[in-house]
Amino acid sequence: MSAYTSLTDADRSAMLAAIGVDSIDDLFEVVPEALRLDRALNLPGGLSEQDVEAHLRAMASRNTSADDEICFLGAGMYDHYVPALIDSILARSEFLTPYTPYQPEVSQGGLQLMFEYQTAISELTGLPVSNASLYEGPSALASAGYLAKLANGRSRLVISRAVHPHARETLVTVARGYGMEVTEVPLREGLTDLDVLAEAVDVDTAAVFVQQPNFLGAIEDIAAAAELARAEGALSVCACDPMTLGVLRPPGAAGFDIATGEGQALGNRLDFGGPSFGFFAATEEHLRRMPGRIAGETTDADGRRGWVLTLQTREQHIRRERATHNICTAQVLNALAGVIYLSWLGRRGIVEVGELMARRSDYARRALSELDGVSTLHDQPVVREFAVRLDAPVGAVIEHCAERGVNVGYPLGTDYPEYGDGLLVAITERRSRADIDRLVEVVGHAVSELSRPAQAGVAR
Amino acid sequence: MPDASYPENLRYHHEHDWVRVEGDEAVFGITWYAQDALGEVVYFDPPEVGSSITKDTAYGELESVKAVSDIHAPTSGTVVTVNQQVVDQPEVVNEDPYGAGWLIRVSLGDPSELDGLLDAAAYRAYLAGISS
Amino acid sequence: MTLPADTPQQRERATTIFEKSVPGRRAFVPPGLDVPEIPMSDLIPDRARRASPPGLPEIAEPEIVRHYNRMSRRNFDLDAGFYPLGSCTMKHNPKLHERLAGLPGNARLHPAQRPAAAQGALKLMWHLQEALGEIVGLRAVSLQPSAGSHGELAGVLLARAYHEDRGDARRTRVLTPDTAHGTNPATVSMAGYEVVKVGTSGDGGVDIEDLRSKADDTIACLMLTNPNTLGLFDRNIEEITRIARDCGAVAYYDGANLNAIMGISRPGDMGFDVVHFNLHKSFTQPHGGGGPGAGPIAVSERVAPYLPVPTVVRREGGDPQFDLDFDRPKSIGRLRGFHGNYGVFVRSYAYICSLGAEGLREASEIAVLNANYLLARLKEVAGDALPVAFDRICGHEFVLSGAPMKRDLGIRTLDLAKRLLDHGYHPPTVYFPLLVEEALLIEPTETETRETLDAFAEAVGAILAEAAEDPAIALHAPYTTPVRRLDEATAARRPVVRQPPT
Repeated sequence: MSAYTSLTDADRSAMLAAIGVDSIDDLFEVVPEALRLDRALNLPGGLSEQDVEAHLRAMASRNTSADDEICFLGAGMYDHYVPALIDSILARSEFLTPYTPYQPEVSQGGLQLMFEYQTAISELTGLPVSNASLYEGPSALASAGYLAKLANGRSRLVISRAVHPHARETLVTVARGYGMEVTEVPLREGLTDLDVLAEAVDVDTAAVFVQQPNFLGAIEDIAAAAELARAEGALSVCACDPMTLGVLRPPGAAGFDIATGEGQALGNRLDFGGPSFGFFAATEEHLRRMPGRIAGETTDADGRRGWVLTLQTREQHIRRERATHNICTAQVLNALAGVIYLSWLGRRGIVEVGELMARRSDYARRALSELDGVSTLHDQPVVREFAVRLDAPVGAVIEHCAERGVNVGYPLGTDYPEYGDGLLVAITERRSRADIDRLVEVVGHAVSELSRPAQAGVAR
Repeated sequence: MPDASYPENLRYHHEHDWVRVEGDEAVFGITWYAQDALGEVVYFDPPEVGSSITKDTAYGELESVKAVSDIHAPTSGTVVTVNQQVVDQPEVVNEDPYGAGWLIRVSLGDPSELDGLLDAAAYRAYLAGISS
Repeated sequence: MTLPADTPQQRERATTIFEKSVPGRRAFVPPGLDVPEIPMSDLIPDRARRASPPGLPEIAEPEIVRHYNRMSRRNFDLDAGFYPLGSCTMKHNPKLHERLAGLPGNARLHPAQRPAAAQGALKLMWHLQEALGEIVGLRAVSLQPSAGSHGELAGVLLARAYHEDRGDARRTRVLTPDTAHGTNPATVSMAGYEVVKVGTSGDGGVDIEDLRSKADDTIACLMLTNPNTLGLFDRNIEEITRIARDCGAVAYYDGANLNAIMGISRPGDMGFDVVHFNLHKSFTQPHGGGGPGAGPIAVSERVAPYLPVPTVVRREGGDPQFDLDFDRPKSIGRLRGFHGNYGVFVRSYAYICSLGAEGLREASEIAVLNANYLLARLKEVAGDALPVAFDRICGHEFVLSGAPMKRDLGIRTLDLAKRLLDHGYHPPTVYFPLLVEEALLIEPTETETRETLDAFAEAVGAILAEAAEDPAIALHAPYTTPVRRLDEATAARRPVVRQPPT
């Protein structure tokens, strides 16, 4: 008997008798003989709790975490400070262990948190309606493509090459399913080439996708992109970094129909990439085409304020093959971390963090680009992430610096062969001036060591 | 909520729609049975004014909290008016399905299509068949 | 009729964190500015700057903590009591798992970390892949999908890629049983296919003749659960997958009900090509009030080349030993960012380590024993009012019909569910599957005691007895919950989906 089950031998016999069978095997008689596994699963035997703990602890210790080095890695997920009150609230069983709130009378906590979350996302993005979360950033962006198909039935999606490569790839994967073509618009001087975008958007374009700040950290003229989409009757979709929305003009104000993005930076752990959440907000016009759960306010039989899952006729369990999305389980606990974080940061904090990141990014970019063998990849304004070119193999520089306790950033060549010498550096409020000075020191050392022609060996 | 009724002056379609002919135009709605089966109506997605609709095919949707239902055209025609009151207050479909809860007015394409519809007695008999 | 008085929670009017905001208050104290204070207008052009701050709350830490603690007390949760929500597998969530997921080596690991510096995580993922593959009898695994629905989409896109790669463009339709969960047809549409429904036979299985008549060379995929959504193992399963494969379709197994057969029978051996797992069901990731979950897929050899990128591989003698493989030319591509819901993988891997081969089998055995026992007890106390929809030995869950209860006692399944709330239980799934009138889908899971099952059956009996005396009590239930029945119609007619801006 495992630690998680409670039936004693006496229980089992009594229960089998009540059912009217002789053995547990009798309960599986319906399984055809040939399909019964006639051996034990080829897995190790069970372990005690302390042995499982030791085993997984040993595995975890083989990872170099953001606690073990100074981390300038970003590329969509960021090492922000997660306040302790989030750990404390998320650990509560009442939030951790319920299912989706199908019985609203006993799920008011969960439903209210969705409503508060929707409000916070709406405030951040400047768009009036938000759902209660999707899986994560790139797949949330891809969901906007399906919404566009439902909204205008056009055949083509146009996406900037400056959108996160994972989001672009995800859009291509799912668009092949629902039968839409994806056109990519190239970059010019670190920004989406708006001239090419203008040519690419036509009456067959269902939606236009840009990102703010873009994957190279540059601040785009997103309003111009939204305007190009609108002029041809296409939807406009902005993927955005929520931590920059205290200082950057929100997508709603810039004329977008949809704002979406990765929510990890809002109070969620790095968790090697998940679970986090994807947010999705839109104009009122698209409320009934939104993917995912939405909580709505109402009253109970006695007139008390309460919340329910609303507009459920959009969803798979009711509309089935005509649903606006197939999603069922989303990321409510992660969205809870998001709304607690935004409450903790508050109206002024979101601006202060944005300004701090912008100033430290500026400081770091200047200092790095003054090094011999380091130059900016673009000179566009940035908030929290920027790209430099290295006059030495990027993989080797990353390795060299990692040995000195600094994770200097993300090698752009992984996704952009044209930027094989590019390094993407992310700044959060956790990266102090001292950290940045150390970054500059190790990168300077690495580049001078590794840029000598004789030096060989390029890691990916 | 009113009691079940199927007025004699209407024609009925087996998808639970009614038609009231007024000259060369007709008014469409859903029957008491349909609104009862759907439950509290919360949303009406109407066709565009000026669009043409085809007999036996869906021209719009009605939603309750837990169901979506296509509304079928009992005859072909062109949409002249949409009942804005139902768009704004969908509950009138439940409260008054044959009166204030009408859905659209059309100009009839082929009046001979009306001949294939059921009268109240035939529709009642049809309902009795469903429930048994 | 005596009804309980309002609970303290009911007397309190809910207020949102936005309503508690007072200008000037704050919880966050920013780190000091340690770099030059360059004016923001020099850093960000005016046209790109935000005009006024977003309307986020202004509130200090103590009140944030109280706010969310108070809200949490308005939730029913699995640690509080029995949660027999059919098809959701609400088994106990071991507490160890939270500690392990929170270790800095896991929780603070950046997803773009170099594989050489993430060997523990990649090793865990590789071992989880191996274990999941063994459990369902299909070797090639992708952990990437983020939930069951996402795994379904992956599976149907794999079917599409498989057919397209063979130059077979005729296939435009997907077979799903009429008992299918709504995610199946919704997935089919998102993958650009048309749904074709297959009927249910008199014993609750797939109608073989109907299936045979529809299985032709236009069918891309057959989607099935087994046990199905009625909780019944389909005795014709081999024939069903044979029909699917003979017509050239990919056979997809929806793993929502895997908890009935772990270590007992394997979908791969039944002839399926693709299986998705709900790690938040069978493998005990806490559901978080609606996620996170994870929906890995395991596939047959013929479908394996199309799996999403990247996959996690072990390279014998390689450095690093565990790595991400992006070099898969036939892959359908990515389905999301990075590698999947790793935090969920940690918990599910810990669970598999704790239980081992024997423990997983025992979990399924007891899940099925508990379900059949609860069914037997409910037949005793409620057999007339709530007959079982298909009277057979069930799998890990079973379906009752409330139609006689509605007819004879004047209360519906919904009313029974609401009255169960007053007894301190989370109700079963109601009105699903659609095939059964007034359906009640009950899944007790293996982690419940016999005493709990007995008490639940008795509560159902008591509610029925009470309804025979006075149906109005159930019709207006619940009474003891933080709020009573809510007006869902008004919420949908005039949606209020955010706190109005002040």
